[in-house]
Amino acid sequence: MKNNLTARTVVIVVTILICVFGIIDFPKSGADLVKNFKDNIRLGLDLKGGTHLVLEIQVQQAVKADADQTAERLKDDLKKQNVAWGSMDTPDVRDGHVEDADNVALAIKGIPATQSSAFRGLVSERYPNYILTALNSTDYSMKLKPTDLNDLKVDTVKRAVDTIGNRIDQLGLAEKSVQQYGKAGSKYEVLVQLPGVDDPARAKELIGTAAVLEICDVKEGPFPSREGALAQKGGILPLGTKLVRSKPRGTQDGEQWFLVVKTPVITGREMRNARPGQDEFRKWETNFSLSQDGGRRFGRYTEANIGNKLAVVLDNQIVSVATIQSKIEDSGRITGLGSEEESVDLSRYLRSGSLPAGVIYNEERSIGPSLGADSIHAGLVAGLAGLMAVIAVMLVYYKRAGVNAVLALALNTVILLAAVSYFHAVLTLPGIAGIILTIGMAVDSNVLIFERIREELRTGKSVIAAVDNGFSKAWWTIVDTHVTTVVSCAFLFLFGEGPVRGFAVTLVIGLIANVFTAVFVSKTIFDYELAGRRQLTELSI
Amino acid sequence: MELFKNTNYDFLGKKWPFIIASLVLTVAGFASILMQGGLKFGIDFKGGTLMTVKFAQKPPIEKIRSAFSRSGKIKGEVSVQNFTDPQTQNEIEIGTELVNEKQLAANRQSMEEVLADTFAQPGSGKLDLNSASKESLAARLRDPLAAAGVPMAEPQLQKVVADILDYRDTPPRSGLIGDFSQLSSLPGVNAGIMSTLKQECYLAPYTVKKTEMVGPKVGAELRNKAVLATLYALAGMLAYIAFRFEWIYGVAAVIAVFHDTLITIGLFSIFHEEISMTVIAALLTLVGYSMNDTIVIFDRIRENLKIMRREPLESLMNKSVNQTLSRTIMSAGLTFLTVVALFIWGGPVLHTFSFALVCGITVGTYSSVFIASPIVLFWHNYTDSRKRTAPVLATAARTDASRKNPSKAVK
Repeated sequence: MKNNLTARTVVIVVTILICVFGIIDFPKSGADLVKNFKDNIRLGLDLKGGTHLVLEIQVQQAVKADADQTAERLKDDLKKQNVAWGSMDTPDVRDGHVEDADNVALAIKGIPATQSSAFRGLVSERYPNYILTALNSTDYSMKLKPTDLNDLKVDTVKRAVDTIGNRIDQLGLAEKSVQQYGKAGSKYEVLVQLPGVDDPARAKELIGTAAVLEICDVKEGPFPSREGALAQKGGILPLGTKLVRSKPRGTQDGEQWFLVVKTPVITGREMRNARPGQDEFRKWETNFSLSQDGGRRFGRYTEANIGNKLAVVLDNQIVSVATIQSKIEDSGRITGLGSEEESVDLSRYLRSGSLPAGVIYNEERSIGPSLGADSIHAGLVAGLAGLMAVIAVMLVYYKRAGVNAVLALALNTVILLAAVSYFHAVLTLPGIAGIILTIGMAVDSNVLIFERIREELRTGKSVIAAVDNGFSKAWWTIVDTHVTTVVSCAFLFLFGEGPVRGFAVTLVIGLIANVFTAVFVSKTIFDYELAGRRQLTELSI
Repeated sequence: MELFKNTNYDFLGKKWPFIIASLVLTVAGFASILMQGGLKFGIDFKGGTLMTVKFAQKPPIEKIRSAFSRSGKIKGEVSVQNFTDPQTQNEIEIGTELVNEKQLAANRQSMEEVLADTFAQPGSGKLDLNSASKESLAARLRDPLAAAGVPMAEPQLQKVVADILDYRDTPPRSGLIGDFSQLSSLPGVNAGIMSTLKQECYLAPYTVKKTEMVGPKVGAELRNKAVLATLYALAGMLAYIAFRFEWIYGVAAVIAVFHDTLITIGLFSIFHEEISMTVIAALLTLVGYSMNDTIVIFDRIRENLKIMRREPLESLMNKSVNQTLSRTIMSAGLTFLTVVALFIWGGPVLHTFSFALVCGITVGTYSSVFIASPIVLFWHNYTDSRKRTAPVLATAARTDASRKNPSKAVK
């Protein structure tokens, strides 16, 4: 019995040491202790402040972009084969939903019936990923095959996650996370968590408001308003064009609208690099370079359009309108930016690659740092108050045994904190509530055992027998009660997110640790006290 | 000290008053829900935008309301309310209703703009210190400090900025500085820095503490998850208890827990409290806790069934409940103490969470004693009266085994 006791004591002491180490490492001073504590216990967004964003990647825009590109290639191919065509159109899904992605199709009209077999042959040979459906003798609809469509959607989301990750990296955050947030039905969501970011507006700007970059040919403008432009054009816009607003800047009063060609000359996909710089008049500009393919296309376009205007469109707003002064191939400049910050931001977007599709925000929670501090303060006060009350009651009601329970409780809390530290779990405000609740429920196990011991003592058993019986009889009840709460928490963990998960985690860890402390540790303490006093008939309980 | 020593209350004999009390409470809850046209959902389930704003002085609610209704920028209704919590002062909540995601994002932007237009000095060219981030404050001060002849290495600047903002954010300032002179007590803030601060910054009378925006898709998802989590948890527990005891015990426990949840939700409705995701977490915890209680009593019943073979079920149950009464009250009492501490001091964020637990633990303890056991009793009486034989012992299968092998303890 004595050996057993020593072995058990060793186990307990080692556990305490490992836990304490996990929480505060080897502190060399008081300040060091606090610092290590803060480093090891990671705080959740609701305690530290920060931003939690759920964005939805508008994959339908990527599908449309693909369809547009296909249209261009098809036009080239048909020309080479001398097949005539009337028009090619893709639906405008900019304001649509992700579900629209499945309906994006290229509508080809006006293929002469005589050339239909040549056309079909061309399509099946050079566009094997597409399904061609004939609407009538001259009109067709071309759509991506379902597996290829799915691949495109999945790839778009993956690229978006990478790009957003890159952009966030540039914020210089130590801890952040960008992950795909797949849920039933919606595989296009991305979860971005930025702890400690106290300027969520700026973060959102960096991530994805200016998602889609296009350089478009300007047909007419500027118009003072959308209505004015429509009026001048007789109410109908020419085929293949759209009206775009110019982003209002600084001292500019009112808006400006331009009529641009829908299909862009260059998109963000061709953008390779971008840097801020200053021109000869110390005004800010952004230098950019394109891919080889993009450069060639851009060169052809600028050569043919010297003296005309082009517009740089960011997320469907014109950032600048420039006059083409010479042929530009793969490097150029966007000038006329308002400030250094604008040019630095613009080059950041261009540099980390344009997002393959736009994003909309499905959920956003920003907690300011002051609320986080308030919450921690409140949590600590409540925790301390609860703890004091419980300790007081235990000591008064169970006397010396109460001390036993309090020690077990203290160890329980230490193990809980250590586990949080070792598992890199995140402590949220509900998590702190979980710790406080654990205190209440942990004490429950002790109460179970002590009441049992009291009962056994009442039936006249000796102290040692009563203690042994108390523990063994209460054991299965303790297991049952803990399992049910753990089951509950498991489902909370599965279905919950963020703060709620934090709660489930701390409660589960606390309960599991409690089985160890309330049974193993408490028993050891009792045995220690009772060692060698087999004749004892009274116990302070 | 020992209360509840050798008690002998007739719990199961006097079950009717308590069952009726339960029914009355449940109906009252439902009535309240019906009268208010449904449950009061928090933003998690309702969707929309919610902004918590703290003011330096008592917030001028009427002025804020009219500012929002005058500005045409926000689509949909805007609600402005005082934040009801004894610990927070001068805080209000501004909410807009649920619209599609793009509009929500635009609304959120507009809410900030309206606040800034009404209370801040957007046109003054100065930086609002009460809403500045570390980056923006450092960027703002860098050049003027150099121009003012205050030498500052970059790490030094970062530290001063961090110190100022940490000071602003800790209680009791909690995000708002009322006067620049409050900063003079900080080490590192000398006269040169102070004058540059006053020159470059101003102090707006408000600060945004928290913003939440939940779109319709996410709102629907969260609602689904909450319901699924609760149903699965109940099913899981039913399975576990049916496995450890008999199936009727499982059913009785689940009914008791269900009753607890209904009454708690009813109380939420009566007291006009909001239901959010954390409240669901509290409800699930209370489901687990109530099960605990019920299991302790069932455990004792099972033990007594093995020992007191000839005892009629009702009096055996009574004895079991009385034997565990001390533990039940103590446990419930201690857990209740911790939860009450949370309720009083836990702050506004945990308010609804702790309210759910306070109600839930009270009702849960009560239901374990007065609802769960009677259900098992009813069932056994009913099956017995149909069979017209002597009362069948509840754990018949297991006791058969132990009759054959009395030395084996069956767990």
